[in-house]
This record gives sequence, C-alpha cells and structure tokens, in this order.
Amino acid sequence: MMDGFSQKVWTVSELNEAVRDLLEGRFDHLWVEGEVADLRRPSSGHAYFSLKDPGGQIRAVLFRSSAAVLKFRLEDGMRVLCRGRLSVYPVRGEYQLIVSAAEPSGIGALQRAFEELKARLEAEGLFDRSRKKPLPFLPRRIGVVTSPSGSVLRDILHVAGRRFPSADILIAPVRVQGAEAPPEIVRALEDLQAEGLVDVIILARGGGSLEDLAPFNDERVARAVAASAVPVVSAVGHETDYTIADFVADLRAPTPSAAAELVVPVRRDLLAAVESLRGRLLKGMDRSAFRWRERIDRASQRLRDPVRRIAESRLTLDDRLQRLQRLLQESLSNRTYRLAYAAGQLRHADPRERIRRHGLRLETLRKDLVRALEIECRGKRQRVGTNAARLDALNPLGVLRRGYAVARRLPDGSLITDSALLDEGTLVDVRVASGGFRAAVKDTYRS
Amino acid sequence: MARDKFEDSLEKLEQIVRRMEAGDMTLDESLKAFEEGIRLVRAMNARLDDAERRVELLLREGDLLAVKPFAGEGS
Repeated sequence: MMDGFSQKVWTVSELNEAVRDLLEGRFDHLWVEGEVADLRRPSSGHAYFSLKDPGGQIRAVLFRSSAAVLKFRLEDGMRVLCRGRLSVYPVRGEYQLIVSAAEPSGIGALQRAFEELKARLEAEGLFDRSRKKPLPFLPRRIGVVTSPSGSVLRDILHVAGRRFPSADILIAPVRVQGAEAPPEIVRALEDLQAEGLVDVIILARGGGSLEDLAPFNDERVARAVAASAVPVVSAVGHETDYTIADFVADLRAPTPSAAAELVVPVRRDLLAAVESLRGRLLKGMDRSAFRWRERIDRASQRLRDPVRRIAESRLTLDDRLQRLQRLLQESLSNRTYRLAYAAGQLRHADPRERIRRHGLRLETLRKDLVRALEIECRGKRQRVGTNAARLDALNPLGVLRRGYAVARRLPDGSLITDSALLDEGTLVDVRVASGGFRAAVKDTYRS
Repeated sequence: MARDKFEDSLEKLEQIVRRMEAGDMTLDESLKAFEEGIRLVRAMNARLDDAERRVELLLREGDLLAVKPFAGEGS
C-alpha cells in the first residue's frame, strides 16, 4: 500500500540534502560527551576523530580555527565534552559532529569532588584560623616534602641558601603525582615529625592541571597536614592554583620560592638587629658607668673625716673601672672580628678594585676605633688619678702635715674655733700631723 | 612546639637594653644586665654564624628512618 509521496524516487544527492536539512535543523547546537578514538591530524590542521561510548560512536571533526583556541590537546582515550552541531557530508553519506568547543570532561568530576571535600573539611573546622600554628622565627632545620628532582626543590634550596646560608634542610622525597603520591606524602609528613627532626615543613609541588594536583586535594593528605604538630607551609602549583592542602596548611605560599622566603629569615637582617641592640647596650652601660662615677665623685667630695671610707671608695671605683675596661676591651675585639669578617665578605663579593678601597677604609676605621677606645680607656685611667689626688687634698691629715693643728676642748672634745670662748686654765687637746699633746690655756688674745 | 630560643633571646636583649636606657638601675644591677646582654649577643651571633649548611635526604628503609647527605638531583 503506497501513497503518491512514498512512491517518489529520490536521487542519492536529494536524499542526502534532505537528511542534512533535517539534522542541521534539529541538532544545530548540542553537547556530547564521549571518549576520543581514531584521532587523526592531517596537514590541513583539522582534527578528525570518533566520539565513543560503550554503545556506539559518531564521527567528529574539529576544524583548525576551533582547534587553535582549545585549552588542551586532544588525545585518544580522553573523555571530552564537545559542543557543536550535526552535519552531513554528502560525498560519503556520512553524518558527523562539527565540534566548535571541547573540554576534558574529567575536570567536571574532579572539580565537584574538590568542592565537596573542601566544604566538608571547612565545616569540620580544619581551615580555622585558630588552628594555624605560627612559624618558628629561626628554624634549625627545615623539612621539605617534594620530588627530589626538578626545579621546585632547586628553587627552595637556592632561595633558602641565599637568605640564610647555614639553614639546614631535610628533604623527604616523594612522588607528587599519581595514585602513589598521597600515601607517600602522608608518610613523609609523619616521618619528618618523628623525633623532632625539623621545626617547620614545606610541602611543595610545581604547577599543573587539576588532575596533576590531585594528590594535594586528597583527603588523606589534607588530614595529615592538619594533624601535623610541626607547622606546615604549602606551596603547591602556581600562584592561582589553590589546593585543599593550601587551605589546611598553617601558611600558604604562592610559589615554592615564596615558601622558602616565608620560612627562612634573612641572616643579614638578624645580624644587623643584634648588632644594633649591642650598640645600644654598650652606650647604656657607658652612660650608667658615667652616672655612677659622678655620684662617687660627689660623695667623696662630701667626705671629710673617715680616711678608711675614702680608701674603700677608691678601691670600688678602681674595681668598677677595671670591669668597664675589660668589657670595652671585649667589645673592641668583637668589633675587630666583625670588621675582619666584613672585609672578608667584601673580598669575596666584589671586583678587586672596590675591595681594595673598602679594605683600606676598613683598616682606617679599625685603627680609628682602636684609637678611640684607647683614648677612652686612657681618659678613664686619668680620671682615677685625678680623683685620687683630689681625695688626697681633702684628707684632713694632709692639712695637718702642712703644719696646721686641731685643738679640742677637754673633756668634751669639742673643736675650738673661737678663743674668746676659752677661760684661763682650760685643758685642751692639740692634734698635729703625728701625735698630739694636752695643754692648759695660759691666756687668750684676739689676733 | 617550644618557642624559638633565638626569638626569646632577641626579646630578652631588647628588654635589657630598654631597662639600661631607662637608667634606673643600681650599678651592680646595670653591670649584671650588661654582662647578661653581652652573653645573649654572643649566643645569638654564634647561632647566626656562617656555618656550612647540611642538605640531607630522609629515607625510609623498611621500618627504619635514615638521614643521608643529598648530593643533588638523581641521588
């Protein structure tokens, strides 16, 4: 039973045209997911392949202009999500997918797993600021968990060495990619914590695709980082790549080099800080010694009578000054050592001419310093001498030696300073430079 | 984790210097403080000493951990 329409006899071309119209009208914009197979890239620059799933396949073409903007390289076996339209190639009577854009469909699943794990760990509080441990100020030994080959380790060693040339580093070598990586990283983190081998850990890897970074988005690794008693600095991927390990770590560095910078202080800065404090300490001591000398001077000026105490003060003063001299001597040798060290550094670092000039300058400075300190010491010795002489002058016995005498009324021993107060016959005691005598007042006069 | 000794020393030295600069110590106190300060400076300089750094590998051999020198890539 045939009607007039079905009895129409088509030419092949007509049929292909009709099918094309049908398909292009119905499937002019669609998404297809499948596995790439039979990929061919002729010299035209177009890519021809099949998209497969377990139930079948469809031919597909990616023209050169579209291929150029693809963010990844098509490979056989890759699961991809393609956007495109259907068309018919009449010459062969085949229909095919004209692909305009594609992305690896694995990404979607990985991305979902990433978001899910991130949300879960965040809800558990593993990312909380309060959990973050501070980094040691000056680490004794730095643990590095990374691949033993490649630029990541090289960068870290280079930057650390530049900043603090004697910072020890302990590398726990691991694979940073593939299914073996997570257990190895967890192991390495645990091993490094054993017996306090290190006091900070850098967990590092170079950049890569989300798939490459998968071990650092692994829950086991995240939990090992969170459980670490030693602070962990993560440096995974490029500046823009964030991994779960980054969120859990105590500090996240944008790159491996930056991690080394965060962990290792600059030795020169620390030396400068210590040196500046030392300078202030010396100045403070100098001022304090000066103040105390002043006080002793003033006190000794007020002393009239007890010779014994004067001598004591003099001993104390001598003792203090000797200690001060010793300390200054010490600081001098310290400075000399540092200058010699600096001179050595310069010799190593710079062109010969500059070094020679700096060397001369340093020598002059060193001499100046030595001279300044010598002058300072001499000044202090002189002060001791001056003070001793001054104390001598104030010694009442000194006055007596010059022929003066001290007379006291007996029996109360009060000093006699006015003869009008004396009666004839009063007994007096007269003290001279050596010894004394008692006498009776014969008469008095006003001079 | 125990606090870093270097940081402690640095803070201690800063305190000593500030106290000495305030100048309200007895002579004996300031001498003691000074000697303590010099001791801290010496210890810190020793810590900052330009020693050769050690770069080592932590290797696991069965249940044992071993530390070996790192000779560079490929070791």
